[in-house]
Amino acid sequence: MTNSKKQAFREGFKDGIPIGLGYFAVAFSLGILARNASFTPLQGFINSFLNHASAGEYAVYTVAAAASGFIEMAIMTLVVNARYLLMSTALSQKFDESTSMLDRILVGFTVTDELFAITIKRPGFIEPIYNYGAFLIAAVCWSAGTSCGIVAGELMPVRLVSALSVALYGMFLACIMPEARKHRIVAVLILISFVLSYIASRLSVFASISAGTKTIILTVVIASVAAILFPHPEVEDDD
Amino acid sequence: MTNTYMYILVAAVVSTLIRVLPVTVFRKPIKNRFVRSFLYYVPYVTLAVMTFPAIIDATQNKIAGILALICGTIAAWLNQSLFRVACICCAVVFICELVLC
Repeated sequence: MTNSKKQAFREGFKDGIPIGLGYFAVAFSLGILARNASFTPLQGFINSFLNHASAGEYAVYTVAAAASGFIEMAIMTLVVNARYLLMSTALSQKFDESTSMLDRILVGFTVTDELFAITIKRPGFIEPIYNYGAFLIAAVCWSAGTSCGIVAGELMPVRLVSALSVALYGMFLACIMPEARKHRIVAVLILISFVLSYIASRLSVFASISAGTKTIILTVVIASVAAILFPHPEVEDDD
Repeated sequence: MTNTYMYILVAAVVSTLIRVLPVTVFRKPIKNRFVRSFLYYVPYVTLAVMTFPAIIDATQNKIAGILALICGTIAAWLNQSLFRVACICCAVVFICELVLC
């Protein structure tokens, strides 16, 4: 490795540490969910390392706990992770043309909300080695956190589990609210989503439909109507 | 047991394709306005649908869940970090259930 590459790797690793610390705590609460879905610590670690997405893994544990079909699993993963299509598309414009296909694939694999954010913040072309450094520490913390949640979740009092189980929802809020603040339409959509989701969960008509399928239907309907009525104005939104 | 690994595998393949395909296939920006807008709205709608009412069903006491939602929303609105928002929600629920239960 050349010195500049070592330097980029080190910078990535350094930027990945605070992300990893946050991941550990959130992954711990995911581990509690994983335990409810009868996942072993090893299965939790593998799932976290391969999927490394809070909402995506939440979907895995929900679908596995309900013993739903693999098609539903695939569609749920697609829906809750659809934002990575946009992030990956944005990143595709930031590659130097000489970047190898393998590096493109590996950088694509490392995309998470936070890693995307720190990648886009760096000026110039993407340095794949920087992403590998950040991903290494962040993904290990994330995966270890999940395993610890599965192991220690059993030892924890109900009250503490109850408190930690909302960490995930807090994280979801942290992902959506900053955008809601910037764009009123997003804030309105979130409110509409809350209301429709509540109605769907409480009406007996929808009782036979699984939570995962409800999420898919509501998302496709609400996002489609919004896309028709309020086409997103920004053509190239880099944030 | 085997099923668990199948769920992991299916999710891993799909999420990896989602992450990798655009980087390797799309060398130019997507032009279709509907698709762009739809993809833009999807994460916010999905995460909102998944958050509520699940957050009030996750706690032992519904009021604790509602307060966590309100405090978490305010903290997130003020651009607090992911880690901090998650901690605030946990603390609110812990304190509420200590007082209410």
